[in-house]
Amino acid sequence: MHKIWLVIRREYLVRVKKKSFIVMTILGPLLMAALMIAPIYLANENQEERLIAVNQQSDFLLEDTELLHFTSIPELEVINLRKDFSLSPYYALLYIEKGKFTLYSNQQISLSVSRDIQRQIEQIVEINNLKEAGIDPQIIENAKTEIEITTRLIEKDGSSTNSHSEASMGIGFISGILIYIFIFMYGTMVMRGVIEEKANRIVEIIISSLKPFQLMMGKILGVAAVGLTQFILWIILTIIISTIAELTFLDTSIMTNEISANEQSVILAQLANITGGINLTQILLSFIFYFLAGYLMYSSLFAAVGSAVDAEADTQQFILPITIPLILSFILIQPIMDSPNGTLAFWMSIIPFTSPVIMMVRLPFGVPSWELLLSMGVLVCTFIATTWLAGRIYRTGILMYGKKPSYKELWKWLRY
Amino acid sequence: MQEDLLIVRNVIKQYGDYKALNNVNISVPRGSIYGLLGPNGAGKTTLMRIINQITAPDSGELIFDGEKLQKNHITDIGYMPEERGLYKKMKVGEQALYLAQLKGMSYNEALKKLKYWFEKLNIINWWNKKIEELSKGMAQKIQFVVTIIHDPKLLIFDEPFSGFDPINAAIMRKEILNLSKKGATIIFSTHRMESVEEICDHIALINKSKTILEGTIESIKSQFSNNNYEVITKNSELENTDLYDIISNKEGLSHILLKKGVRGKDALDYINTNYEVISFKKETPTMEEIFIKAVKNA
Repeated sequence: MHKIWLVIRREYLVRVKKKSFIVMTILGPLLMAALMIAPIYLANENQEERLIAVNQQSDFLLEDTELLHFTSIPELEVINLRKDFSLSPYYALLYIEKGKFTLYSNQQISLSVSRDIQRQIEQIVEINNLKEAGIDPQIIENAKTEIEITTRLIEKDGSSTNSHSEASMGIGFISGILIYIFIFMYGTMVMRGVIEEKANRIVEIIISSLKPFQLMMGKILGVAAVGLTQFILWIILTIIISTIAELTFLDTSIMTNEISANEQSVILAQLANITGGINLTQILLSFIFYFLAGYLMYSSLFAAVGSAVDAEADTQQFILPITIPLILSFILIQPIMDSPNGTLAFWMSIIPFTSPVIMMVRLPFGVPSWELLLSMGVLVCTFIATTWLAGRIYRTGILMYGKKPSYKELWKWLRY
Repeated sequence: MQEDLLIVRNVIKQYGDYKALNNVNISVPRGSIYGLLGPNGAGKTTLMRIINQITAPDSGELIFDGEKLQKNHITDIGYMPEERGLYKKMKVGEQALYLAQLKGMSYNEALKKLKYWFEKLNIINWWNKKIEELSKGMAQKIQFVVTIIHDPKLLIFDEPFSGFDPINAAIMRKEILNLSKKGATIIFSTHRMESVEEICDHIALINKSKTILEGTIESIKSQFSNNNYEVITKNSELENTDLYDIISNKEGLSHILLKKGVRGKDALDYINTNYEVISFKKETPTMEEIFIKAVKNA
């Protein structure tokens, strides 16, 4: 036990002291913040006013919007305009002929522009169609309605709480992605560590002092500690950064957007309300569990792969079958969120190779305890099995040099 | 106290269909410098890994210091494998401390001993350098120190001098002989015969997964000496008799092979009465010749 502890300590300290770890730990939350802020910033910034020419023949009267201005030009001018479009002040030319609509431009037309124009034309055509059928468009307009459905979850005692599928989706999505990234990042870190020891040829010296399994577990646990440290630091840093951002950014944006203090408090109250129906403690604890157990399962497999090869370039053929279920669960996040209690969701959150990601996606929507416990139990059993299996491949693999092993070879190692 | 520090008995190790060791027996006397010889692929490395409990034998037993070889003996054995290396990005001192602690030493004990050895080998100023900053020979010195740092009863060196320049190799040889004098038992694995004759007192020859020779250097040499003699005579040259065949004959220097049943003394008496003898010497084969011969015969 003492020796495993020594290995864990070394693996942990070596990685935590690395510059790349420190940089990632600081940059991570900043990048996250930037990723969230940038689209909003860009969306607001990139809205320039645009002039659009429309051929006069058309009987469509397009209305100017905030950013799009339409000018009719005579049919004759169209040909000239198309010749030297770049010299004209127009962003695009809308050419309408017999119910066909074409947008010409000397540059890629932005999606939002073409969408806006399309919407306007559709509206006009719709109204015209209604008029032709003898229906007053006003009637349709009056008939339109908008209602809002409040979703509430019935508790066992008959009371109900707000259920918030948007917030659930957000939390499920983020925790699912985080688990995916963590398992991938730290799993491959274990693999690289194993390859490094093998390539450096230090491994034989070390295993003359302790068992190969101890070395493998020490490495896996040491890297897990690195992952947890990073995760915790990210949470702390994110809290600090968002607090600072709130204090500086939000104040000015509130001023410019002229949101009153009253409205602000309403927003905050809503925010608190949104997450109210979700058991955050359960999610956080489950997150740590699924991260650790999923990581232990995958990283032992990654360690086995690392032990089988001489260099990282040779890992491809073995890594693929390991990463397929991981990538599959990543792809399935969206469909699972659409039906978080369906059959697919159920099985994917029980099967251990996909359960860490999928269960985290499902959790905010509410999962029966027995399903959660079953999923956890299966995962624990699997990681015990995979570490045992990986340990057997590892102890033979780390001493094999020279030839690229095949699956047949690995199978043989399992039985030595 | 038993005379043999390590006894390997009937050890078999099989990888799939391939028998890496097939009924290997060796006894390493306490305090000896024991040469483990054999061509590449003979099974030396597998045997050393088994002694170090890196792999377990399929059958057979190992007795270490009078007990069945077991886990806690790891701290009594120091092993320098042929394929050796260190963490390139780790500092020398940190790394040496880590490896020493893995051998069961406490931090303070390891620090004290490491400082002593680093001073002795004049490498103390490398303590805070990373391995990647050092030359290969320098790294080998550190390797040597971490192998012996825990004062093991048994030291196992696999091709210890490969990669050392002659000066450092000489220093290492001196230190190894010193350790031997202090009572450590040393196993050398090598296929370089000249170093065997210089250092070892016992050898075992392994070929094709089997021990084909074992014993003291003298006993093996006499076992392989095949009645060859070198004779120098004055004025006249030897002629064939029924006592011996002449292999070569040149200006008084002759090599002769005694016929079966003829003793050296009989031949000498005969030559002495018929010629004027300057020297009469039994030719002992070099280890290299024995090695080649034994491998061929096996």
